[in-house]
Amino acid sequence: MSRVVPPTVDRDDRYFWEGVVEDRLMIRRCAACSYLQHPPTPMCPRCGSVDWTTEEASGKGFVHSWIVSRHPNEPDDEGRIVALVQLDEGPRLVTNLQDIEPERVSNGMRVEVTFKELDGVKLAQFRPATDGPL
Amino acid sequence: MAIRKGETAIVGIGQTEFSKNSGRTEIQLAAEAVRAAILDAGLRPADVDGLVTMTQDSNDELALMRNVGIPLVRWTSRTPFGGGGSSALIEHAAAAVSSGAADVVVVYRAFNERSGNRFGQPTGGPAPPSLNWYRPYGLDTPAKMYSLWFQRYMHQFGLENEDFGRYSVVARKHAATNPNAWFYERPITLEDHQNSRWIVEPILRLLDCCQESDGGVAIVVTSADRAKDTRQTPVPIAAATQGNVIDGNVIFNYYTPDTARFSQAEYVAKQLYESTGLRPADIDAAMIYENFSPVVFYQLEAFGFCGYGEAKDFIADGQIELGGSLPVNTHGGLLGEAYIHGVNNILEGVRQIRGTAANQVTGAARVLCAVGHSALILGEA
Repeated sequence: MSRVVPPTVDRDDRYFWEGVVEDRLMIRRCAACSYLQHPPTPMCPRCGSVDWTTEEASGKGFVHSWIVSRHPNEPDDEGRIVALVQLDEGPRLVTNLQDIEPERVSNGMRVEVTFKELDGVKLAQFRPATDGPL
Repeated sequence: MAIRKGETAIVGIGQTEFSKNSGRTEIQLAAEAVRAAILDAGLRPADVDGLVTMTQDSNDELALMRNVGIPLVRWTSRTPFGGGGSSALIEHAAAAVSSGAADVVVVYRAFNERSGNRFGQPTGGPAPPSLNWYRPYGLDTPAKMYSLWFQRYMHQFGLENEDFGRYSVVARKHAATNPNAWFYERPITLEDHQNSRWIVEPILRLLDCCQESDGGVAIVVTSADRAKDTRQTPVPIAAATQGNVIDGNVIFNYYTPDTARFSQAEYVAKQLYESTGLRPADIDAAMIYENFSPVVFYQLEAFGFCGYGEAKDFIADGQIELGGSLPVNTHGGLLGEAYIHGVNNILEGVRQIRGTAANQVTGAARVLCAVGHSALILGEA
């Protein structure tokens, strides 16, 4: 089992972590100009609005880049695949890949969100998409 | 516009030895390096009226004044980020001198980064909110954080880890003939590189990673006019600038449109070349920050020394070695000499222009010192 550092939830990202508890991948959209921003900011860089709406993302995207994370101080036989996923909506987010071995991972592969508790922390994870290649 | 060419110069450099266990406090390292730099310039502590260091430096300006005997300081500033701001140190100092805010500015950086707080180790404890997007997923060391960026470059241009190893071999080759380098007389082969352990699969092996080092360095900046009266041949600052881009990130550089390119370095390069009228072919040597070997590849391309995706061939062809078209990290870089947060690269740039480097590039007149997020050109432009 991997060690997981829990998030320190604050005002600007509470919507995301509350969504994770409900198995929903939430992203923020500017209430004034509809700009999607992840990681979130309190002010919209496009129009200056500080009002946001949250919406559930499709949960689908592709692998932009990926690595295998191991722990040099506490050897972790499992390792974790860390991936930068580009959502179909546009924003990129860091996550882990589940249900796949490192040698099967490729840049551009289609993935979909899944939710999993690791070391007592529930996280948005991704796995190979069931809807096949794009 | 970058710092205006010809108005300022570097007139002194100083350093401690580079080690794994300095046996003294960080403020002592800073004081030793600063005093050495002031004496190198032929100046006195009382001539100094400006101090610049990194935000991350533990050495308080007032404490430094009490050690070195600098009676009065009217300009201080600190640069953003860590090593990403190391060339910005010179930008800050030159800006202060050009504006009249200070006459003689000392830039310093000193730490016990191996025997004290090691940057390469996993960070423990709860994540601050800004790291909520990274730490819970297992990005707990700089090597992992940067690798998620590097992997896209490898994918885009078809590199293997062995390609990065060819840079490491050059860095260690240069260090092997630099008595100042930790890895003096200890070159490596590509086989050694490929036999070193994985740090982040399939991106970085041990020998792709910079050292962790103890030591201090300092640099004296003053006006071109005043530089004429100092002890050393002045090294002109042709240009110095930063490159901050929206959605850019120093460590988690995942959000720019094309992550197989180094957007910040491209912005820096454009400014440096436009403000000096120089072109890549005018640069005689380059000191390129490499906390990890892939950063050299990104920057060779961003600064136009080769085309996109061509850095691996540029390096494999020997172009970055002594005698090549662009000798890179002639002191051994942060892999071979030491990791003094990148600032030791600027000292090597100064030595190259002075003609006093251990691995001297014949006739070096213009040297690029680049960190991607900030960079400068030394020499006449």
